[in-house]
Amino acid sequence: MEIKKTSLNKLHQSNNAKFVEFAGYEMPIQYSKGIIEEHKFTRSHSGIFDVSHMGQLFIHGDETLTEELEKIFPLDLKNLKQNCSKYSFLMNEDAGIYDDLIITKIEEGYLIILNAACKDKDFEILSNLLGSKFKMNLDNNRSLIAIQGPKSVEILNSIINGVDQLNFMTGNWFVSDNQKLFVTRSGYTGEDGFEISISNDKVEKFVENLIKKGAQLIGLGARDTLRLEAGLCLYGHELDINKTPVEANLRWAISKSRLSNGGFIGSKKIMNQMQDGASQIRVGIKPEGRLIAREKTKIFDDTDTQIGEITSGTFGPSVNGPIAMGYVNKEFSKVDTKILLEVRGKKHPANVCALPFYKKNYVKGVN
Amino acid sequence: MSEVKFSKEHEWITLEGDVATIGITKHATEMLGDIVFAELPEKGSNVEKDGTAGVVESTKAASDVYTPVSGEVVDTNQAIVDDPSKINEDPEGSAWFFKLKMKDQSEMDSLMNKEEYDKFAKESAS
Repeated sequence: MEIKKTSLNKLHQSNNAKFVEFAGYEMPIQYSKGIIEEHKFTRSHSGIFDVSHMGQLFIHGDETLTEELEKIFPLDLKNLKQNCSKYSFLMNEDAGIYDDLIITKIEEGYLIILNAACKDKDFEILSNLLGSKFKMNLDNNRSLIAIQGPKSVEILNSIINGVDQLNFMTGNWFVSDNQKLFVTRSGYTGEDGFEISISNDKVEKFVENLIKKGAQLIGLGARDTLRLEAGLCLYGHELDINKTPVEANLRWAISKSRLSNGGFIGSKKIMNQMQDGASQIRVGIKPEGRLIAREKTKIFDDTDTQIGEITSGTFGPSVNGPIAMGYVNKEFSKVDTKILLEVRGKKHPANVCALPFYKKNYVKGVN
Repeated sequence: MSEVKFSKEHEWITLEGDVATIGITKHATEMLGDIVFAELPEKGSNVEKDGTAGVVESTKAASDVYTPVSGEVVDTNQAIVDDPSKINEDPEGSAWFFKLKMKDQSEMDSLMNKEEYDKFAKESAS
């Protein structure tokens, strides 16, 4: 299959991007300054991320659509206000996660942002569940740009006036350069920021404008270190079809009002696990010293029994040390529990720790 | 001190008497990106030509460091373990990895000189 390119591919090239293949797309892993500089620039200024490979699924419909989606997602969508977003999951009957996603109620229905590697399968699953009653469009004509970091609000507001009035996890349509953009105040770095849905033919000029105002392009490498410091899950690593939201320690994302009656796919398993607890739980892990424990590193207790596995591990530039996330048996999930990580045949000490590794700077409310 | 020689695994080596100093090349650090972890062989241990003799990790991945010659490890550079970013800053100078007491100096013969290595690095990168 031919590798796909986003509408910003030429701009990435002219900014000396190093490319990797990610979910069938040629994506920039880093630019000339490197991952650590890009990471730190995002935390102190403003980073631009091309996330156009992600799926933008528009589903049009009225209250019937809300009712149908409540049979799928563990969310109180009836009480979700227009232009408000929620983090959620597409699950199977065993509460295994097909994908994690952001769903926003818009005037016409819903907008769901899906992971690149999962979007086509998600579309198929949702089409089967919803039938042909609603208009569904996995929109390939729109790009998706994230702008993240403390200076982002000022920079973006100078181009799209009014975005500074958005609260965290809300969005709206704006008009800029004679076209409609959908902007949400959200992101995946632990910083204040926005995601902008914009048509493919306008995106290059738009991003060039952001760069002129002082923001810089940031690759997927820094996106990974930023999200890991923020304690956020990445599909295919922390989350997959064999993990449930309860095991992933994402109970907060399940609406309380949906837990008493269930009625969504996977609700039985979720309700059982909420009551009895899951046998394995996602935790934060800090190796002692500078050792980096990568994905698939085995976790042991002091009696040489394997008690879990690392799902993501790297060096955290803002933490200035190694960080990781992984799953451990629940009796080892308490903060400050001593564990051992097997790296290159030797066991190294580490501690279970609280998430996030790096404190968030999200804007809760601006009014 | 001898002429600097290079291996296909992107290590450089110089010889002074029978003690070789070994590190990774600038080209290697450019391919690896920001180095955030370094592990060196133990002092007093013996390493074999083309065997692993350490590890470097970037933000992205771990890579083995090989030794281009055999010998006994007589010194290691603790400064790069304490601050691995030094490897990116001065890979072919102060950020050497380890020193070996060589057994068989003829092992140097099969290694590349600067000109040959630059050509090799350019070809292997493209």
